[in-house]
Amino acid sequence: MHRFANPARFLKIARPLTGWLFWPGLALLLAGCACGLWLTPADYLQGQTVRILYIHVPAAWLGMGGWTGIAIAALMQLVWRHPLAAVAGRAIAAPGALFTAICLATGSIWGRPTWGTWWEWDGRMTSMLVLLFLYLGYIALANASARQGAGQGGVSNVTAIFGLVGAVNIPIINRSVVWWNSLHQGPSITMRGSSIDMAILWPLGLTLLGFTLWFGAIVLMRMRAILAQNKVEARMQRLARG
Amino acid sequence: MKAKHQRLILALAALVALIGAGLLAASALKDEAAYFYAPGDVKTKGVEPGKPIRLGGMVVKGSLKRAPDGVTITFDVTDGKATVPATFSGIAPDLFKEGSGVVAEGSFDTKGTFVATNLLAKHDERYMPRELEGMSYNETTREIEVDQ
Repeated sequence: MHRFANPARFLKIARPLTGWLFWPGLALLLAGCACGLWLTPADYLQGQTVRILYIHVPAAWLGMGGWTGIAIAALMQLVWRHPLAAVAGRAIAAPGALFTAICLATGSIWGRPTWGTWWEWDGRMTSMLVLLFLYLGYIALANASARQGAGQGGVSNVTAIFGLVGAVNIPIINRSVVWWNSLHQGPSITMRGSSIDMAILWPLGLTLLGFTLWFGAIVLMRMRAILAQNKVEARMQRLARG
Repeated sequence: MKAKHQRLILALAALVALIGAGLLAASALKDEAAYFYAPGDVKTKGVEPGKPIRLGGMVVKGSLKRAPDGVTITFDVTDGKATVPATFSGIAPDLFKEGSGVVAEGSFDTKGTFVATNLLAKHDERYMPRELEGMSYNETTREIEVDQ
């Protein structure tokens, strides 16, 4: 990994990779959404509302995956002092928070016709809301304890520790419907197979992959923007010193 | 030992302690964090009449009856271990029907009937097209089978 510690070497790979993630990702997620809207049948109980699944599930996956990424970046920052890890943590936070919010919003819209309520304080919904607050806290802490000098643009060590601590919530979200009685249904897709019929399931693969590639592209773009900002500031300082 | 290794051990020890603490907290919460009581829980633990709770389970097939006033329904809720009668006046959600899951908010009266003030339909993890409605989902094999 330290091969990429050098921002110049990282940028050389990140620049073309951004496009390779962005456009196929966008194509896949649009194709998946279109297939999910027009090609799949309605569910026997939920009817048309089942289609929100093609957005809701990738959003939940990326909300949780984003924090897992923050935790891994935090570990690399704290243990190996990897300079890009701090930048990656900061780059992941905003899209992670956005997808968590999308997950909560789509779940709420689906919950009204299905369960008969917009919101209930059951284990899954509460732990997901906690994840959103963790993201907001992480962003606030990163802004409040911004780094100066060499590692600027990345998150501070305190923020990294917060990212590591917050990772405790990820297995709790995952297991919340198994450990506790909850209104949210149990896991549909497990190691033993899927209880979602293939006719409904297949576009989910497209949107999951598409949104994930897209998420990667957004993170790379944000990392590049932070590194570019560093360069600008370094040059301004040189100029100011004359 | 290099400083890097020290940090690694420290970070991993902290992570193990954190996850341990999280798991302990979650297991201690077990019942407190449950969203509803199942009829089996009501039977083993006992819930005093009048205490507001949520009751969750399956609506027993053939138990749903509509009272002559048109808005009151009675039904039985089961979790396979116990069954309790319930009554509700008002508009039930569309997905509320016999053989599917329900979460009812309300309290028990003195005769042991659950008086619901609000009904929520609980959706299960099965998703299938309408054409497959004559089929059912096998919990153990996790496959969709044709009803006999």
